[in-house]
Amino acid sequence: MSGDASDDAAVADGSRTTPDADSRPLPDEQPGPDDRDHPEGRRNLEGIRIDPVVEAEHESRRAVISALVEDEPGVLARVSGLVSRRQFNIESLTVGPTTVDGHSRITMVVEETDPGIDQIEKQMAKLKPVISVGEVAGDAVTSELVLLKVEADDPAAVHAVSEMYDGRTVDAGPETITVELTGDKASIDNAIGAFDRFGIVEIARTGPTALARGDTPTAPGEKPGTAGEPTTHDD
Amino acid sequence: MSDTAAQPRSDGDEADDSSAETATEEPTEPDDEGAAGPVSTGAESVVAALEAAGAKTAFGVQGGAIMPVYDALYDSSIRHVTMAHEQGAAHAADAYSVVAGEPGLCMATSGPGATNLVTGIADADMDSDAMLALTGQVPTEFVGNDAFQETDTVGVTRPITKHNYFAGGADTVGDTVGEAFELSRAGRPGPTLVDLPKDVTQDDTDRTPGPATAPAGTDPDPNADQEAVEEAARAIESAERPVCLFGGGVIKADASDEARTFARSYGIPVTTTMPGIGSFPEDDDLCLSWAGMHGTGYANLAITHTDCLIAVGTRFDDRLTGGIDTFAPEAEVIHVDIDPAEISKNVHADYPLIGDAGRVLDQLTAAVREAPDAEAWRDRCEEWKETYPLTYATPDDEPLKPQFVVEAFDEATDDDTIVTTGVGQHQMWASQFWTYSEPRTWVSSHGLGTMGYGVPAAVGARVAADTMGEADRDVVCFDGDGSFLMTMQELSVAVREELDITIAVLNNEYIGMVRQWQDAFYEGRHMASDYTWMPEFDKLAEAFGALGLRVDDYDEVAPAVEEALDYEGPAVVDFHVDPEENVLPMVPSGGANGKFAAAEDQL
Repeated sequence: MSGDASDDAAVADGSRTTPDADSRPLPDEQPGPDDRDHPEGRRNLEGIRIDPVVEAEHESRRAVISALVEDEPGVLARVSGLVSRRQFNIESLTVGPTTVDGHSRITMVVEETDPGIDQIEKQMAKLKPVISVGEVAGDAVTSELVLLKVEADDPAAVHAVSEMYDGRTVDAGPETITVELTGDKASIDNAIGAFDRFGIVEIARTGPTALARGDTPTAPGEKPGTAGEPTTHDD
Repeated sequence: MSDTAAQPRSDGDEADDSSAETATEEPTEPDDEGAAGPVSTGAESVVAALEAAGAKTAFGVQGGAIMPVYDALYDSSIRHVTMAHEQGAAHAADAYSVVAGEPGLCMATSGPGATNLVTGIADADMDSDAMLALTGQVPTEFVGNDAFQETDTVGVTRPITKHNYFAGGADTVGDTVGEAFELSRAGRPGPTLVDLPKDVTQDDTDRTPGPATAPAGTDPDPNADQEAVEEAARAIESAERPVCLFGGGVIKADASDEARTFARSYGIPVTTTMPGIGSFPEDDDLCLSWAGMHGTGYANLAITHTDCLIAVGTRFDDRLTGGIDTFAPEAEVIHVDIDPAEISKNVHADYPLIGDAGRVLDQLTAAVREAPDAEAWRDRCEEWKETYPLTYATPDDEPLKPQFVVEAFDEATDDDTIVTTGVGQHQMWASQFWTYSEPRTWVSSHGLGTMGYGVPAAVGARVAADTMGEADRDVVCFDGDGSFLMTMQELSVAVREELDITIAVLNNEYIGMVRQWQDAFYEGRHMASDYTWMPEFDKLAEAFGALGLRVDDYDEVAPAVEEALDYEGPAVVDFHVDPEENVLPMVPSGGANGKFAAAEDQL
């Protein structure tokens, strides 16, 4: 039975009758896709109308995003899961407690276009444990920590380089020396370059954490708080 | 009740386990509005919180870890509908929320019960449907040990829920459930989930949950910034080719009246998205039906040529936009949405208006001082409507055309009839050839495209209509043969509950949309899309205890439609339709909307 239906289905166009044939043009009487009038305009990949003179394409840039979050189980998984699921390019992520019990600060460095950075902030703001989120201004204080383990063949030279970068020797043995350094990304990168000649055995880097300068709040609407006091919510 | 099952540990231990919970308010007076009655266990607290929040119906499947909650439901006013499969429970709850405008509630046990809910939760998430899923979990002390029927449900459902909770203790679980229920409908709706370890629901508590409230900050200001509204109004006034695009958000915000008032006040042609079907009557002169991959040619042409797109409650899904570069390329976009994250996510919004669809449309209606001069544009839209009608050829005899079946049901039923569908060709025909005029009558799986959505959705829609006292509304499910086979076990639920639904299977013995794409893009190589092994659905329906009919010819359609609709209970009509029929028009994936194919040789 089913096989018959399948054979019958190969109906030639000519054998068909169209209901209401007077008012409904058959598809072959309609202008085809390329015969129709089309507008001149275009949009770019970010959905922005392209000005024919100045085409607006955004370059990626590095942005530091700070989020004040409720310190509930899974909050880091929620934030990192959101970022990875939406294919944002994350460079580093640091988390730590704030002055308020039950609140943490997440500092995230991303490499994205302006619309991408905007989306990250908006999507993070939707997460229930996120109290406040925003991009940290370009002049903010940012710093990261690195622990460097190098070979101990020339301890005096290692010490000298360490001094140059305001480092601190935290472990020294016959085989290896471990140095602790803090600073912004560029100075850490430079320091690693300088230590390279001793033979770097291991590196552990935290990624930057950041605070806004002066009395500007780091996350929008954030107020100074201590244990037991609310900082901010849904401002 | 709480002592009937063996407790793995003493009651005193659990009080410290509430670290996952946010601080809760003191118990409120029992006579407070919305407050729950006295409770003695965590499970009773869960049920009391649901009752206080206004939940009337739950869909679910029993199981070991959720048993305490089910036991507490025994004496509850909440109606529980046992489903054949947890996926059915989630879809039924989803459809319930679409029809009733209230959060749907679904329940499952731990492990496989919870994972079976996942498809339905993801579906609700993509379509922004308010839904609360309650899942059982192994006792807290076993969590993380790969215990029997353990799954990290919170972890699994994290990306597909608005928020999910791991209940920490019997004292707080009621408040958590109440909060999750309210959160699901606050602001932009979506699914929430509470994972309920068995010890939490079994433990004693005398703590009555307080009134359910959404967490702070999740219910945003419904009004858009007035200055932004004024700017958008000026753009509308000066537009020459304005088009409204009403999305599912218009329906969720119950803003259809405001949408109709706005468009008609200023004579602006209207297109909808597929989830927005029903927000604006399709028989209105201004209506251009829905746009997108299988939307009407005239809707897609209007979207392509507009210079001012007033988009309300849509997230600009790629099935709507086609290629972003060719989507409304000359339009200034006014985007109304309750969710700021939707603004400029896919299509840049020149005039973002963040707020509730109804309130913002009212603001816009008040702010626009004179209608745009769009008479020539309306004429052009009308010409497109005449040039590219939705049509199909009907040969004199077999094979039966599926579109004819949809039209036959549409003619035989009232405007308030609820249509549910699976996913595939039949879904497109059900949306193209049915004239929708009311919101909450079109219930389908949009964003996730879940085959098998139709039958459990019909169960949920029927229960919703009955709960609302609208038992006289018809519920018609259009399903495909492949889609029907995925969840047809829920027919047993419809039979048991004596649910008056009609299921029209548009049976083409193909997984038809795939076959259509294979013909268009894969040289007709029908890999795994040939479903000639389908059972006889009319006989299966009879085996379930439902009415089963089979239709092969045109002249059998009207009598079968009548018999199925008249039947008081579930009826299945197996329509054997033309297996070669395709869904047209079609915008190829990622293509330009204005370049839709009106005929197969244009693909």
